[in-house]
Amino acid sequence: MSTADLECVDLTKQFGNFTAVDDVSFTVPAGSFFSILGPSGCGKTTIMRMIAGFLEPTSGDILIRGRSVLDVAPNKRPVNMVFQHLALFPMMNIEGNIGYGLRRRGLAKPEIARKVDEALERIGLPGIGKRKVDELSGGQKQRVAIARCMVMEPEVLLLDEPLGALDLKLREHMKIELKTLQAAFDTTFIYITHDQSEALVMSDQIAVMNEGRFEQVGTGRELYYRPETAFVAGFVGEANRWRGRVTRAEAGELQLATEAGLTFAGTDHGRGLAVGDQAEIFVRPEAIRIAHAEGDVAHLENRMTGRVTSLLFNGAASRAMLRPETGGDEIEVTLPQSGEFADLGRDDTVHIGWEGAQANAFSAGGS
Amino acid sequence: MQAGAKLGFILLISPLVLWLGLLIVIPHVDMFLVSIRERIGVGQYQTSFANYMAFFGEPLYIITFIRTAMMSILATVITLLIGFPVAFYIAKIAKGRLQSALFLLCLVPFWVSELVRTFGWMILLRETGLISKFLQWSGLADQPVEMLYNDVAIMIGLVYTSMLFMVVPLITTMESLDDSVIEAGYDLGGNGASVLREIIIPHAMPGIVSGSIVVFMLSLGNYLTPTMLGGKDSLWFTELIYSQFIVRFNWELGAAFGFMLLFLSSVIVWGTLKLTGQTLKSTMG
Repeated sequence: MSTADLECVDLTKQFGNFTAVDDVSFTVPAGSFFSILGPSGCGKTTIMRMIAGFLEPTSGDILIRGRSVLDVAPNKRPVNMVFQHLALFPMMNIEGNIGYGLRRRGLAKPEIARKVDEALERIGLPGIGKRKVDELSGGQKQRVAIARCMVMEPEVLLLDEPLGALDLKLREHMKIELKTLQAAFDTTFIYITHDQSEALVMSDQIAVMNEGRFEQVGTGRELYYRPETAFVAGFVGEANRWRGRVTRAEAGELQLATEAGLTFAGTDHGRGLAVGDQAEIFVRPEAIRIAHAEGDVAHLENRMTGRVTSLLFNGAASRAMLRPETGGDEIEVTLPQSGEFADLGRDDTVHIGWEGAQANAFSAGGS
Repeated sequence: MQAGAKLGFILLISPLVLWLGLLIVIPHVDMFLVSIRERIGVGQYQTSFANYMAFFGEPLYIITFIRTAMMSILATVITLLIGFPVAFYIAKIAKGRLQSALFLLCLVPFWVSELVRTFGWMILLRETGLISKFLQWSGLADQPVEMLYNDVAIMIGLVYTSMLFMVVPLITTMESLDDSVIEAGYDLGGNGASVLREIIIPHAMPGIVSGSIVVFMLSLGNYLTPTMLGGKDSLWFTELIYSQFIVRFNWELGAAFGFMLLFLSSVIVWGTLKLTGQTLKSTMG
């Protein structure tokens, strides 16, 4: 028997004619942090609500530790959920909130009190049991919401964009904290988000979802460096993109001509593009080398000369927008942090280049 | 500027002061003064509590008084029991157009006057009424059935008249309850009963209390419904007040009855608030 905590098999959900979740299958190993990443409306919340039991799948099966839970009511499933707006019970104090599930299980009072104290200790907020929900800060509520689920010792914990309501600084902090809590409780987390940085930082495995389907499942690293579809390449991380046609194809090494008349070397990573195919080409801003002297980029397959049209200062992620001399769309290039481009100004001319292996080409449907 | 603001304040506050003063404070002070005087001869009065003594000395008055209170409490409870699921359905289950349509349906009966509505019940319940006819036609009764002029008829009338005043505050409080809080209740192992008890009712408590207060006051002070639907044995306290003022022209005793009713409603409302741990402030927002 596999050690998968959660397994979804051919899961489909239709609302009338609209297919929200389309034949999705995935397996989440025990104790891992699994994220479903996708734009809003892609069906990720629908999947989560089906796992929690609030929605019934149109077809397919959901197995928790190898047992189908389809005919198990939400209040009996070994799954708990941290809601988007946390949904703490405002009519109870913190103790009441955390102890709610235990009371439902019919545990004895001293037992409940002990477990609640333990949970509060674990989330680093001892002694707040008597406080009211609205007396807590956003981050504290967050932790209470997780503790409220974790006292139930669920086999799977579902989190539905729980960081959405927090401000940026706190969100960054909670990312690390969630990961730590997951390790501390040693429970499988299924995390839903539209924020790629949340998914990339915390997850062991990420599923990128679009229009009801999983585009790709993999580690953050795989998604980032080896996107399998054009959607993933565009959605995870930043990318410059061109549309073009394959003019030469040799064992994955492609020659492409863009609509604006540029010629690129690219690679299809085994997707089997053939001569004449329409292709979408993605190049990450940080994969592009930038140099003052033309000779510095001479060894790279794709080279261009361009003028700086604007500089986007953003600390370590500062970028420059370049307009190539040969024409075409602006190109975004990450500036190295070594300081040699600190004095780069508008209208300066620079040379850029990138390896053919960094230009990811995808079939652009049809053709 | 300062003087202008002051004038504005006076203009804004004066309708309220006039309203309270002319229609509530002054009549009540006068009523109280009337209630504590005793007629000892033609045009001769002296201050005494004789009218209140008369109230406590006559079992009919006391029995009617207690009966009115009990029936009003019962009417409030029944209205709450019927109104709560209705309000829950409208606030939480019905969506979009259905929601507004249902809400409108609650409102529609109040477009006609209370008198007409009560006549409606008489048409249904009287000996030659619709229900009686139906029972005879279907063979469940072999002679006309009189369903008017008893306590049940009064109760039906009171509950019907008060329903809107219970449903509206309940809908308002329940709409403010986030659906995901209810879902969280289920998710953490609660069933329908425990979610209702621990989450929905505590959340709706301000609505329950304010709705109950309004319905109780309306029932206690109702005159039309008990008069038209009630029989000889179903005397309502307001009918006693009416007969003292209008029929017997004994304003002194009528005023004393009026004050007893005011006292009764205040005590019961205060007691209910204490009992449910609510304050008037949290209930009225």
